[in-house]
Amino acid sequence: MNRELKRVSVLVLVMFFALFGSTTVIQAVQADALRLDPRNTRALYDSYDTERGPVLAGSTVIAQSVPTGDQYVFQRQYPLGEMYAPVTGYFSPNQGSAGIEQYMNDYLSGTSNSQFLDTINRIVAGQAPKGAAVEVTIDPAVQQAAFDALGDRQGAVVAIEPSTGRILAMVSTPTYDPNVLASHDSKSVISAFSALEADPLDPLSNRASSGNMNPPGSSFKVVVAAAAVESGKYTAESTFPNPVSLQLPNSSATVYNWNRLACGPGETVTLAEAIRQSCNVPLAELGMQLGDDAIRETAEKFGFNSRMTLPTPAGVSVYPKNLDDAQTGLTAFGQYEVRATPLQMALVSAGIANGGTVMEPTLVDRVTGRNLEVLKSFEPKVRNDAVSSETAASVTSMMLDSVSTGQSNGARIEGVDVAGKTGTAQNGEDEPYSLWFTGFAPASNPEVAVAVVVENDGNLGRHSSGNIVAAPIAKKVLEAVLNK
Amino acid sequence: MTDNSRTSATAAVGGRIVEVPAAQENFKADTAVLRTMRKLRLPLKLRNRELTLLLFACAINSVAILLVQLGALGTIDLDLIYLGAGLSALVLGLHVCLRYVAPQADPLLLPIATVLNGLGVAMIYRIDLATGASGWSAASTRQITWSAIAILAAIAIIVLIKNHRVLFRYTYLFGAFAFVLLLLPLVPGIGREVSGARVWVGIGDLVSFQPGEIAKIALAIFFAGYLVRTRDSLSMVGRKFLWMQFPRLRDLGPIIVVWALSMAIIVFQHDMGTALLFFGLFTVMLYVSTGRLSWILIGFGLFGAGAYFASQTLTYVHGRFQNWLDAFSTQVYDAQGGSYQLVQGIFGLAHGGLIGTGLGQGRPHLTPLSQSDYIMASLGEELGLAGLFAILGLYLLFVSRGLRIGFRGQDDFGKLLAVGLAFTIALQVFIMVGGVTRVIPLTGLTTPFLAAGGSSLVANWIIVALLLRVSDSIRTGPIQEVSS
Repeated sequence: MNRELKRVSVLVLVMFFALFGSTTVIQAVQADALRLDPRNTRALYDSYDTERGPVLAGSTVIAQSVPTGDQYVFQRQYPLGEMYAPVTGYFSPNQGSAGIEQYMNDYLSGTSNSQFLDTINRIVAGQAPKGAAVEVTIDPAVQQAAFDALGDRQGAVVAIEPSTGRILAMVSTPTYDPNVLASHDSKSVISAFSALEADPLDPLSNRASSGNMNPPGSSFKVVVAAAAVESGKYTAESTFPNPVSLQLPNSSATVYNWNRLACGPGETVTLAEAIRQSCNVPLAELGMQLGDDAIRETAEKFGFNSRMTLPTPAGVSVYPKNLDDAQTGLTAFGQYEVRATPLQMALVSAGIANGGTVMEPTLVDRVTGRNLEVLKSFEPKVRNDAVSSETAASVTSMMLDSVSTGQSNGARIEGVDVAGKTGTAQNGEDEPYSLWFTGFAPASNPEVAVAVVVENDGNLGRHSSGNIVAAPIAKKVLEAVLNK
Repeated sequence: MTDNSRTSATAAVGGRIVEVPAAQENFKADTAVLRTMRKLRLPLKLRNRELTLLLFACAINSVAILLVQLGALGTIDLDLIYLGAGLSALVLGLHVCLRYVAPQADPLLLPIATVLNGLGVAMIYRIDLATGASGWSAASTRQITWSAIAILAAIAIIVLIKNHRVLFRYTYLFGAFAFVLLLLPLVPGIGREVSGARVWVGIGDLVSFQPGEIAKIALAIFFAGYLVRTRDSLSMVGRKFLWMQFPRLRDLGPIIVVWALSMAIIVFQHDMGTALLFFGLFTVMLYVSTGRLSWILIGFGLFGAGAYFASQTLTYVHGRFQNWLDAFSTQVYDAQGGSYQLVQGIFGLAHGGLIGTGLGQGRPHLTPLSQSDYIMASLGEELGLAGLFAILGLYLLFVSRGLRIGFRGQDDFGKLLAVGLAFTIALQVFIMVGGVTRVIPLTGLTTPFLAAGGSSLVANWIIVALLLRVSDSIRTGPIQEVSS
């Protein structure tokens, strides 16, 4: 009998080894793959248990988690929701996320690699899971000024610290209330989201860093002037013929200045004067002489045709390729297929302000953990040396004249040297204008660069211009920085 | 035996020690007295070992319940601790009974059963906390009550049955009893169908019971008795074919009857697990008693053919096979009665990983039937692979103690009974854990000691009592006296 018993013992052992094997396969070998299965709700529920970290602008809380009694444990709350929506985005536990909420999710949810040790410590100490705090570069006073100045217009404002690339303000209107999208009621979130998507004014799009791009119009002349001076063939005093209109070669298009007059009384006009008065004809001539490659090279050094991550991804501003002379002429005053975000145009001014060096734009200062330890900090980084400091100085003086005595005087501030350039861009026959201003102040020691775009004529119809609508908004933003 | 152990032994016996030195002085050569002394020493050694392990088991169980409360509630609720202490008192009562009525019983069986039962209660309680069940609707309250009843039943059996050979006398009575028990669920009025399987009997809403659980013990007794009586004809006679001795056709009677019974359970009660358990039990006992490997082959062949036929013709069996083979396909997962439960259980196991989430900190309640069929998945989620290995190790140890009794037994009936009982535990663990981890198709049995369910607890504690009883008779036999 014992021989048989031995065999039965072996059978029992084999049965148990099968179980040791099967549990090992599931819990050790396949565990990671099984955790990623979309039908596995456990990881999702775990994420609800985590108190998502707050998003802070200075000492102002712009996103935080508040306890709820429901299965999701916490709900996201945005105290200044509409004003900061382009920065924070929204976070819904079951309907997706956007903005910082989406692109800093690893830190906010406490799952980033740098929080691994914290997780271990937490388990040992028995603390509740908590995500890290994200501190953004936004200055609440500047953001507020930009939001108020833009009012109910359709547009966007971006303010950048030229020496660091830190984004001080990022406003886009019309905006939306992220609190609505953070609701735990999936149905109400979905219906609110579809309503926002169906809105013809597209409040979900971030016009500041991407959105529906606008032609930069005359504000792009700053880039062309910089390209010209940087080429060494031109200076601020280089002269161009001064006709009332210019028939573009091999094209039916005729270029006029904004007032359908010549650019001043002379037979010729200097580059500086053409910038000051925002004349199109001399710039078209300059553009055609300079060539699209030179303009594109400088534009790309300022950030056109390339991606940026703030870490939220920014839209790619465009200077088109393969242009003939007529098209090049039109691009020289920011028309044809040139498209830019306010972020891009602010970066142009910031680069000029910073002696020609464009800093990497960033929206996040640092990430701090539970005990305020810094998990990650974003140090200022040079993106590109776009132009020489001499070129930058020359362009600055042209922009200074434009504000002090020229067509950009709407941004003039008493006692402060403001450098800037307006733009009133056409979007086609009978389409409303896109109104621009880009500039920086104070010229001697720049603290802030700004770009403003207002779409749809600024609701003023055909009489509007960048100088009437966009420049005063920029002025308020500049003042908000300088008055501190 | 050393002086040391003698001191500890005498100390624990209490009043009786006085007689021993007196006897030593007066009748030094008297072997009867020496035997009495050994009898006094040996049980103390075994029972003291049992007591130590038992206290350890009770400590583990209390800590498990405390950890569940701290993990899931964050506070300590003393009510359940008191109930757990009550169970500990009952188990210690069983231990004290053993000191008197079965002093040489195996010292490991009781502590292992205790710790498994306690871990089961802790996990069931943990899921009650998650689902908000309390009072009599809480499975944990019922499980504790049933545990108490089961331990009392074990005490009754160990006290009432002084010698397991008594059972041999009633071999056929147990056979008839098992048969009736198995038919009970089919009786109209008291039979109940729960999730497709008709294996329950109930009176009103109050008591419901799975007679199959008790039937397996009656069957083990019947098989042991029957096989001891008839094994000569089953093993000696037959004809040689290939290298094996095959039985005569008329000796196939018993195995055909048991096979038919198993198939009837599959067809009429929709319970593959019980059928597999009974048939596996019978085949193994038949093999052990006759030593004919051909029985195993015949058994496997018959059951395999039956199972294949059932999987082709019975939809529920077919579904079980499909859930097993193709668990992760979307179609099977989403189907009514599909693999959803199984896959959720596997997700739970994967969520636990190597070391588990910690008691009270996982989400085992997301898996349906997490307190009964999927109790191992629940434990695996919170205790991890490490915990499952420990639990499987305990089962293996329990089964190996049972098989050890089979090896050392004096009488064939006792040997066969111990092997049968131990093998039911092994087979049941294999069927359940193998089903949950996809080694075999999942069928509805209970995981011994762990799963919620009164009938199963009572049956398994009766098995503990019977194994203790048989093991005691081995140690008191003449061979043991000499060898130890």
